Amino acid sequence: MKLTGAQILMKCLEREGVKHIFGYPGGVVLDIYDELARTPSIRHILVRHEQAAVHAADGYARASSQVGVALVTSGPGATNTVTGIASAYLDSIPIVVITGQVPTNLIGNDAFQEVDIVGITRPCTKHNYLVKDVKDLARTLHEAFHIARSGRPGPVLVDLPKDVSQASTVPKFPETVKIKSYNPTYHANPRQVARALDMILHAQRPVLYTGGGIVLSDSSEGLFKFATSLQIPVTSTLMGLGGFPGDHPLWMGMLGMHGTYCANMAVSQADVLIAVGARFDDRVTGKLSEFAPHAKIVHIDIDPSSISKNVKVDIPIVGDCKDTLDQLNELLEDKPVRDWTEVRRPWLDTVNEWSTTHPLTYTWDDKVIKPQFVVEKLYELTKGEAYITTEVGQNQMWAAQFYKFRHPRRLMTSGGLGVMGYGLPAAMGVQMAKPDDIVIDIAGDGSIQMNIQELITVVDNDLPVKIAILNNSFLGMVRQWQQLFYDRRYSATPMTAPDFVKLAEAYGAVGLRATKPEEVEPVIREALSTRRPVIMDFKVEPEECVMPMVPAGKAMHEMLLA
Amino acid sequence: MDPKMEPRHTIAIWVDNTPGVLSRVTGLFSGRGFNIESLCVAETMDPEVSRITIVSTGDEQITEQIIKQLHKLINTIRVVDLSEQEHVEREMVLVRVKAEDKSRAEVLRIADIFRCRVVDVSASTYTLEITGNHDKIRAVLDLLKNHGIQEVARTGTLAIQRSKKE
Repeated sequence: MKLTGAQILMKCLEREGVKHIFGYPGGVVLDIYDELARTPSIRHILVRHEQAAVHAADGYARASSQVGVALVTSGPGATNTVTGIASAYLDSIPIVVITGQVPTNLIGNDAFQEVDIVGITRPCTKHNYLVKDVKDLARTLHEAFHIARSGRPGPVLVDLPKDVSQASTVPKFPETVKIKSYNPTYHANPRQVARALDMILHAQRPVLYTGGGIVLSDSSEGLFKFATSLQIPVTSTLMGLGGFPGDHPLWMGMLGMHGTYCANMAVSQADVLIAVGARFDDRVTGKLSEFAPHAKIVHIDIDPSSISKNVKVDIPIVGDCKDTLDQLNELLEDKPVRDWTEVRRPWLDTVNEWSTTHPLTYTWDDKVIKPQFVVEKLYELTKGEAYITTEVGQNQMWAAQFYKFRHPRRLMTSGGLGVMGYGLPAAMGVQMAKPDDIVIDIAGDGSIQMNIQELITVVDNDLPVKIAILNNSFLGMVRQWQQLFYDRRYSATPMTAPDFVKLAEAYGAVGLRATKPEEVEPVIREALSTRRPVIMDFKVEPEECVMPMVPAGKAMHEMLLA
Repeated sequence: MDPKMEPRHTIAIWVDNTPGVLSRVTGLFSGRGFNIESLCVAETMDPEVSRITIVSTGDEQITEQIIKQLHKLINTIRVVDLSEQEHVEREMVLVRVKAEDKSRAEVLRIADIFRCRVVDVSASTYTLEITGNHDKIRAVLDLLKNHGIQEVARTGTLAIQRSKKE
């Protein structure tokens, strides 16, 4: 039976198991939207800005482990997706973005709302396609989903000209994907794994440094088994939080620029560093030449180009984190039994001393709300079970430090690109995937304003997203750098915000405010007890800084503590 | 260090012969600030596959990173750093050189010594076709420079692995 391109697209989405898509219509996607209205199995969420559609798809993908989908029109619709795509690319999040394009005969003619989105997104997608023939559509979409979710996941863009979505053909839906040039290595080389284990078993001061790869490959169980069997202390990047329980005795907290004293000292003193699904980002390593100076490094990653990119690695292992950790755990079973608690005691004693002498902390104030206190309360009152999204800046770091993530896929944050305005649309996506769970966007008064328009999307779709604004009337993180390194010259960082309570009400959401520490808990309790979307406006200490801090370009042991 | 002093690498890349692939490959170099010294591309015996030969300079770490990134492109089938193995390199150059009364014989002599072919002649110029490796091309062009080079067109380096000796 002949189907139009738009019909084939719907069939393909159904075949890929897509239940929700986030999008915004326009001229060249009219046929697709017409077909979408007749496809009851797929729910479309109308956002208010295309950037938000992509962040929502990103949040949805992280929470559900499914590929997130965004659908937008050509030209400005397409260019508005670029920030979201770049963010998903740096965080390796599987999404498929479908952009409309002007009809093929107009491509290259500077037609109305024409832009070369394939050219624009080439460096920030895992792969992208321009479909010029309706006969290629079904295969291309199947490939797009396959590429997005396999190997090191990432965003894939499919550009679909209007005449292709209108043209008809008898489609052949492929059951399998065969791309001769694309075969990610899942199974790690067993000899390398054995060498690595040997090195780890002989280590005196081993440290596990884990990243987003643990979360993406769903390998936190394997990690837990490996770390606890050998009693190896664990730290992770921002992207890896929740991959190992944040309340476990072996957990040292996040490492890097705003990592814990304990984690940074442990990495600085380690003799073997086992990096799993992490990529030695500059926010993690600080001054590269002094990163983990005493350590032999084992690096496990599915992307060979991540290995030895920034730091020279002693034992590279290309493979899926899950497969590799399973192999390590299996090999370990055949090794002679040793009392690892006893073997590890001196090292763990040192680590524990670092963490007890320099815990994450802040100065309590009776009169002014400390932002860290708000996050602590959120953790306490949600029992650590909420899905947390963040914006970017101080709010993101305090969320990472003071909410102890116990499960993977509970923190959604724009880690690599650092997109202000990510949190609210991402929360929307998470809430679509997890309708019965608590979803909280921990935000700043600056970044919440970057995609505040999505509040109406949230209200419109009855999504009970909670937004906790740590309102310090500053662009806090930039101000912090000015405070510490630019003699407090607060250039363009003091910022006026609207009345968030009134704003919430104007949008049809609930608005709550706390200005004193004793009001924090009642406000959170009230927010959590309603099924409606809520903005909580916490007026916090304006000049609070995120500490500890390793100044940019300094070594990890040179951190500022207060 | 002067970038010209960094080792040259000749990299052969087999890619899907589809639109946009070349720009993915070159975009990868430019996006990371890696330099391309020369680039050749043409279909292979399989019309669905193109072969790209790129000469690039960079230290060991940069080259390793380039090769990994090339592998990472979905359209890349195979990448080989030919500099790491026995290989033959050739480049072809067309050069129009001034050849007036006194120098006409000398230019022809140079052409003869380096086995160049004369492909076009005018009263005051010769156009020569030169084939050889990087060093030979440079040697010929250095000599011809003294006579006045009017225009040069180069293919860029092509390379192929030597067959294994038994």
